[in-house]
Formats: sequence, structure tokens, C-alpha cells
Amino acid sequence: MSQAASDTNRDLRLTGLHKEYSNGFVAVKSLDLVVPSGSFFALLGPSGCGKTTTLRMIAGLEEVTEGSIAIGDTVITDDKPYRRPVNTVFQNYALFPHLTIAENVEFGLKRKGVKDTGAQVKEMLELTELTAQAGKKPAQLSGGQQQRVALARALINRPELLLLDEPLGALDLKLRRAMQVELKRIQTEVGITFVHVTHDQEEAMTMADIVAVMHRGEIEQMGTPYELYTNPKTTFVANFLGRSNLIKGKVLGREGTGADEVVKADMYGTVVSIKASRVHTTSSEGWIGIRPEKVIIQPEGTPIDAPGNFLSGAVVVGAIYMGVSTEYLIQMPWGQQLICFEQNTGRRGGLVKVGTKVDVSWRPNFAFLLDSTQDADAGREDD
Amino acid sequence: MPGGRTTNVAALTRKQRAGLWLIVPAALWLLIFFVIPFYSLLATSLFDPNGSVLTGYDVAWHFANFGNAISNYWPEIVRSFLYAGIATIICLVLGYTLAYAIAFKAGKWKTVMLVMVIAPFFTSFLIRTLAWKLILGDDGWVVNTLQTLHFMPQGGRILATPVAVIAGITYNFLPFMILPLYTSLEKMDPKLLEAAGDLYANPFQAFFKVTWPLSIPGVVGGTLLTFIPAAGDYINAALLGSPNERMVGNVIQSLFTTQGDYAQAGALSVVLLVIIVALVMLYVRRSGSEDLL
Repeated sequence: MSQAASDTNRDLRLTGLHKEYSNGFVAVKSLDLVVPSGSFFALLGPSGCGKTTTLRMIAGLEEVTEGSIAIGDTVITDDKPYRRPVNTVFQNYALFPHLTIAENVEFGLKRKGVKDTGAQVKEMLELTELTAQAGKKPAQLSGGQQQRVALARALINRPELLLLDEPLGALDLKLRRAMQVELKRIQTEVGITFVHVTHDQEEAMTMADIVAVMHRGEIEQMGTPYELYTNPKTTFVANFLGRSNLIKGKVLGREGTGADEVVKADMYGTVVSIKASRVHTTSSEGWIGIRPEKVIIQPEGTPIDAPGNFLSGAVVVGAIYMGVSTEYLIQMPWGQQLICFEQNTGRRGGLVKVGTKVDVSWRPNFAFLLDSTQDADAGREDD
Repeated sequence: MPGGRTTNVAALTRKQRAGLWLIVPAALWLLIFFVIPFYSLLATSLFDPNGSVLTGYDVAWHFANFGNAISNYWPEIVRSFLYAGIATIICLVLGYTLAYAIAFKAGKWKTVMLVMVIAPFFTSFLIRTLAWKLILGDDGWVVNTLQTLHFMPQGGRILATPVAVIAGITYNFLPFMILPLYTSLEKMDPKLLEAAGDLYANPFQAFFKVTWPLSIPGVVGGTLLTFIPAAGDYINAALLGSPNERMVGNVIQSLFTTQGDYAQAGALSVVLLVIIVALVMLYVRRSGSEDLL
């Protein structure tokens, strides 16, 4: 049924892929990337980062300035789109309005000269739960259903590679959540490599096995959602994927060896340690990063549940209650404001009131250290 | 809104009344300038053919007028539809190409090109056709060039041939073909062509499976706007043709204005009308765009 992908290596390989438009704008800068066959891969980045251009080059809809695209050993860089073993789910679906759902779905098979499409169309409509819609026109369907038609129309061709260009962008939040689960289920079922372009970090993290964060035409960092979130290498990744507190610190030196090796840093008078595997700078200064949900606060004078040092003299200046959790804004003695997410377990029996003096701490193994020359605001959503 | 009628009767009847008043001017206009003349034309077609300006006319329910009109003038009727058909096909080929180019390839020149399509309307139909008479004339540059290049024998002519008449009709009605085609092509999402290519359609298949079916409303609209007036046209045949290129419009005109045979002229007009309506209905049904009617 699906390609014998796992035994013969059919990974997607982008080598030195470069795109410069005629007006001199460089959308993609010599990209090197390997997408393992059968994986759900997400290209994540803000608009204009080059992710869609990369996808369109893979689909053959955009000319490649330099570099090559290959699936396994087959180079497809200069192939016409209709000769590539690749199908696309377009951003606004681009369903054929004059054809029924069944005709839309069988379009690709017909062009390939498949005579008896009935059984395959039926199977695909069942997989995407569209059987009842087979005879309707796209305009009669809801957004979520249209999205599934776009998926069915591409998947029926059993491509080696399915490209998804912001596939859930047009759906409302609830439907988007449901479709995320649905897409992941379908991908697992068919075992085809999915390359998914999105600017929504939550979408990328929930669905993808591997996420590549793109910024200004380059891949900033690539890894599993867990790796990217817990160990970001740049301020852009730290801010774009979730949120981060970044605090200026002076590097003091290293201690320990192997997995226990830590880097000690001075943070406005308090010494903190960061695991060596999470240190991404060699200079004497750096951004000490900590995720908001890792930050622990405790009203002054009561014991804080954290090993090692804690910072005192902080004040709660804001509290946003969100049911499941509360977002506290903490003013540090050096003037910076940190964010702290606290799960509302009921342990406190209420919220920490604004104006309360608190001690602040975190478990050292969650902190990371980034290069101080990078912009601490890079990748923040509100910029 | 089915719910609206029960909940807000007063407001809706007021709305309906406003709707009626909005229809009145056009309805009056149609009554005075279409229904009454049309009735009078029908009556004329049933006149006693022996009547004259001197003895007066009366509606004699003379149905033989239709048979006579057809048997006397069938060559002109056939010629009209032939010329109109050829001109429509040429218009479709030229118009589709141009409309496609304006819609998808023109870029920033789009507006300029559209204005150029409409520009001929700034001068009168008659003057433009007269200009063609000069251009295609025996001493005009077209004939001279063709003769110099030996594409045409000495003494050969274009004016007063079917070529001139069909060329004139094609020229005069081309904008009516381009505009509906452009409108329907322009509405098309170019992403659909990318999708077709992505789904293994080569450019040729993408055109016939996606672009063409989506432009059918424009094709039907354009061909009707070209074919119907072209079939009844008499200016092009009168100015660019000879008696050998006479179309049914020329016959009707001369029967009415010079020969004074009102009965025959009326009958011929009705025949022309019936044939056109029948053809249009057949065509629209075949092309699957009934909603245009």
C-alpha cells in the first residue's frame, strides 16, 4: 500500500537550498535539511521566515535559485510539479469548485490514468469521514470538511511526501484542536512523510515528531518538541516556542564532569548553575533562561520548595487568574519583571496577592544559558 | 427568511411595497418600448400582403406570410447565421486568448489593456465600420500589401466579399466577447491551477479540466452577446459587403423602408426572432448553464 519507504532510504533531502527573488530578496538561505521518511515534520516560523517558500520549492511551485531537492537518491529539483511524487494541501484548500467532493478526490488518480477509481475514492472518503458528502460541491461544506477534502484529495495519490501549508489556519480554535488530533491519526495510519508549515507553535508541537524553527530564511534549531522547548539554543527559539524569562548573567566557570558538569553564573549577585548541555554561549556574559512554569514563588518567610539558592526581595505586581493556572508578574530587585505560571493545585488555598513580597527560585536543571549578543526580545509574539 | 413573515408583518409589507415601486419605472418602460412594439410587430407579420400604404393594412391572420418569408429569403437567413456563427467562433478564440492574458498575465498592465478593449466604444459603431471600408478598400493598404507580397492576385479584393463582412462583425462584437470572459476568468483563484499541477495535471489538462469549465458562464455570456446581435446585424453587410453578402437584417430593412412590404418584413423579423430564441435555448441547455436565462 504505502511506499516501501523504511527499507530503502526515501528521506527528503534539501541540500544548499537557496531562493533569491528577482528583486534581490533572499527568502531561503542555503538550507540543509533531512526529513526522515515516514515522519511528521513541522517547519515553524513567523510569517516571512521562508517556510512557505521552502514548501513551494519542494512542491515545484517555486523555482530553486541554488541547491537541490531529493527524495532518497532521486533528485527532483527541476521536475515539473506534476511529475513529483509530492502532493500539497493548500492554505485555503484550493478545491475545484465545479467538481463534487468525490470528483475532487479522484482528480489526481484520473490524471495518472487510473481507470477504476471507485474503490479508492470510497476508502479515502471513509478515512476522512466524508462519505456522506461525496456528491456535494465544495461550497456546500463547512471549513473543517473542506479541509478534510483537501487532505483526501492529496492523500489518495499515495505521495511519498505530503506538504501541508498552514492547513488549519482558516479554522476556528476548537475545530483546529480537533483537526490536529485527526491529522496526526491519519498520518500514523497512512505512514506517509508529512511536511507541515505553520506559524502556530502549539500546532507544531502537538503534531510533529520533529520541528524545525525557521527565522529569516534559516533553520534556527531543529529537534523534537521536547528538546526545542526544554533546551532552546537561541533567544528566538526560546521566545517563539512558548515563552521565556531571560535574565542577564556573568559566567563564572565550570564545575563537575560528564552529565553533572554545570556552568556557574552570577545573576545580579546570586550564583546559579546551568547544566553544561544547556549552555549555548562561550562568552563571559549570557542570557540565563527559565520557562515561566518552572519559576517557583513563595511569600517571604515561608519555606520555598527548591534546592539551592533563592532570590529574595521580589514583589508580585500582577496576577492573571486563568482557572487552570495563574500567571504572576514578579518585579525583581534589579527592576526586571519575570513571568511565573503556577498550576492552581489548591495548595495555597487562594492566590498570592498583588504587592506580596516573595522569594523566587527554580530547579537548576531547567535553566539554559544563551548568547548575550542575541536580542532578548527576538521571536516574541507581540513584536 | 421564513421566520420574518410571521414576526414582522408590517415591516415586510412596507418592504414589499417599496419593491413594487422600484419595479414600476422599468416595467412602464418595457411596456411602452417593448411589449407594445412587439405586439405591433406580431400584428404586422399577420397583415394581408395585398395591403399598401394607399389602401391601408389590416390584420388578416395571414399565416402564409411566414412560409413566404422563409421560402423567399432562406439564403439570407442561412447566410446570417453562418456569418454570425463564424464571427462568434473567431471572437471566442481571439477573445478567450486576450481575456486570459489580461486576467492572468497582464500584471500592472491589466487596467490599460481593459481600457483598450473598451476604447473603440468612444467612437460610433458606424464610423468605425466606415473606417474599415477604407482600410479594406481596393486601394487600401491591406489589399496593396497583400498584392505586393503576391498573397493576392492583381484585381483581387477584400471589400464586398464575405471575408470583409465577417471581419467587420468580428471586430465590432469582439469587446462583447472579451468582457464576460474576462469577468469569469478573473474570478478564478490562480491557486486552483497550482493545485491541478500538484495533482498531476499537465498545463493542457489543467486548462481543460479546471480553467475551461470554470469559464463556461463567461463563454456562454460572451457568445450570446456576440451571436445574437451579429445574426440580426445589417450595418456590416451594407457597408462592407455587396448584394451577394446580404444578411437577413438587410432584407428586413429594405422591405420595411424601400419596398414597403410590411407584412413580409414583419414575418421575417418574427422568423428571425423565433430561430434565435430556439437556438439560444438549445445552446444554454446543452452548455448546462440554465441559470443564465
